[in-house]
Amino acid sequence: MIDYLIGPFQYSFMLRALFVSALVGFLLPVVGAYIITRGRAFMTDALAHSLVAPVAVASLLGFTSYVTAVPGGIAIAMLMGFLSRQTGISDDTSIGVVFAGMFALGLIILSISVDVNPGRAINIEDLLLGQVLGVTQTDVLISLVLTVVVAAGIFLFHRHLVYTTFDPVGARVAGIKTSLVEYLLLALLAVVIVIGLSAAGIVLVMAMLVIPSATAYLLARRFTGVILLGAFLGVVSAVAGLYLSFYANWPSGPAMALVASLIFGVATVHKRAFPVKADE
Amino acid sequence: MNSEPAITATDVTVERDGFRALFNVNFHIGAGNLVGVVGPNGAGKSTLFDAIVGALPLARGTVELHGIDGRPGGLAYVPQRDNINLRFPATVHDVVMMGRYCHVGMFRGVSRRDKEIVRSCLERVGLWERRKALIEENSGGQRQRVFIARALAQEASIVLLDEAFSGVDVGAQEGIIQVLQSLRDEGKVVMLATHDLTNLAERFDQIICINRHICAYGPPAEAFTPEVLEELYGSHGMVLAHTHAGGETHIETHMAHD
Ligand SMILES: Nc1ncnc2c1ncn2[C@@H]1O[C@H](COP(=O)(O)OP(=O)(O)O)[C@@H](O)[C@H]1O
Ligand SMILES: [Mg+2]
Repeated sequence: MIDYLIGPFQYSFMLRALFVSALVGFLLPVVGAYIITRGRAFMTDALAHSLVAPVAVASLLGFTSYVTAVPGGIAIAMLMGFLSRQTGISDDTSIGVVFAGMFALGLIILSISVDVNPGRAINIEDLLLGQVLGVTQTDVLISLVLTVVVAAGIFLFHRHLVYTTFDPVGARVAGIKTSLVEYLLLALLAVVIVIGLSAAGIVLVMAMLVIPSATAYLLARRFTGVILLGAFLGVVSAVAGLYLSFYANWPSGPAMALVASLIFGVATVHKRAFPVKADE
Repeated sequence: MNSEPAITATDVTVERDGFRALFNVNFHIGAGNLVGVVGPNGAGKSTLFDAIVGALPLARGTVELHGIDGRPGGLAYVPQRDNINLRFPATVHDVVMMGRYCHVGMFRGVSRRDKEIVRSCLERVGLWERRKALIEENSGGQRQRVFIARALAQEASIVLLDEAFSGVDVGAQEGIIQVLQSLRDEGKVVMLATHDLTNLAERFDQIICINRHICAYGPPAEAFTPEVLEELYGSHGMVLAHTHAGGETHIETHMAHD
C-alpha cells in the first residue's frame, strides 16, 4: 500500500506533478470561494475556454503558453467584466458570445499551428483535458511565481473583496473602490485559471475552482471556513486525481474533477441527512 | 473641517433609460434630522438615494453633501434587501466589522480598537448576543439593526436606509426608529425610505413625500394632507388619515392590490 503511494515519486516528473497538483488544488478553491459566492461559475468556465485563443497563439509562434495566456486571459476577463456591467444584453449571453468566439478562434489557430509547427505544437488533448504528468521545470517555476502574485493580491484585497461581494452598493458608498476590486478579482481569476490549465485542462479547470469551494460552502458556516475547507478539499481532489492519472493513465483534468465531484456528492448526501451547519 | 452634516438637493433631475425617474427635486436637510422618504413602489426613492450617493448621474441639478469631506466612511448606505448578497456567508459580527474596513488600511489587520468599536456598536443596537448568527438567520428587523450598527462602526454622519421597513413588523419598526432617533440626537442626518409608512409617521422629524417629484416636504402633520396622499397612492389606494384627540396624527396607508 505504502509502495503504491510513495513508489511513483522516484520519478522526477511525478514530483513536479505532485507539486503542481497540490498548488492548483490549493489555489483554485481559494479564489473559487469569492467566485461561487458571487454566482460566477459560468464566467469562470467561459474564461477558461476562451484561453484556448491566447494559448494557441503561443503555440503558433513557438512560445511557452504563459507568455500569451497571462496577458490574454486578463484582457478577456476584463472584456467579460465590462460586457456584463455595461451592455443591455444579459450577462450570460454576452459572456457566452465571447466564450464561443474565443474558443472557436483558438481551436482554429491551434489546428493551423499543428500544420505550421508539426511535432512542436501544443497537443490539443493535453490542453483541453490537462496533462499534469507532463509539466516541465519551467511550468513549476512560473506557476510558483504566479501563485505568489495571486496570494499577495488576495491577502491585500481580501476585506475589500468580501465587502464588495456582500454589499456592492454599501461598500462603494463607504469609499471602497468597488470597480477596481471587481476587475482585480477578474484578473486574479484569469491568472489562477492559467495556473490550473496544465493540471486540470481547459475543459475542467472550472471544476477545480468551483467544486471544492461549493462543497466547503455546504459544510462551513463562515466565509473563512469556505476558503480553508475548500483549499483542503481541492488538494485532496488534485492529489487523488494525480494518482488516478498515474495508475489508470487517465487525463488528469477529468480524474481530479471526478474526485472533487464525488466529494461534493458525499457532502450533499451528508448534508441532507444532517441538515444543520456545523459550528466552526 | 468637521462641519455639521447636511444634504442639499437643488433642482435634481435623474433619468433612467431616458425616462425621467425624478425631476425638480429640491430640499435641504440639516444636522440632527430623521427624515422619512415616502412614496409608492417605483416613485424614485431608491433613485433619489442613488443620486445622493453618486451612484447615478444627475441629468440636471446638484446634490451637496456637507460635513463628510476628507473623512472616509462619512456616508453610509443600507441598500434595500435585494441588493444584499445573502449567498455570502457572513455573521452579524462580520457585517458590522465591514464598517471598519474603510478605516483599516490594506496592510494593517483589524485592531483591538476596531473590535471594541464593533462590540459597542452591536451593544447599542442590542445585538451583541447575536453576533455569531449568520446574517440570513436574522429577522428583517434585526438585519436592519445590524446594518445600522455597521453605519455606526463606519463612523458615518449621514446614513441612508432604503426600504428599511420591508418585511419588518410594526413592533420591530419601532425598534429601528428608536435606534435611528438616537443617531439623530447625536446630530447625524438619517434618511429612511419606505413605501409602507404605517402609524410611525409622527416619529420622523421631516417627511419627504415623493412620486417622481417632491409632493410634500415638512413635519409629518403638515406633509400628509389628503391631497398629497391622493397624489402618492392615487384613487386606487384606500387612505385613512385621522387625527386623534391627543394631537398626534396617525396615518395608515393601504395599497390597493390590483
Ligand atoms: N436599474 C434600473 N434601470 C432603469 N430604470 C430603473 C432601474 N431601477 C429602477 N428604474 C426605474 O426608475 C423608477 C424609479 O424606481 P425606484 O427608484 O427603484 O423606485 P422606488 O425605490 O421608489 O420603488 C421606476 O420607474 C423604475 O422602473
Ligand atoms: Mg426602492
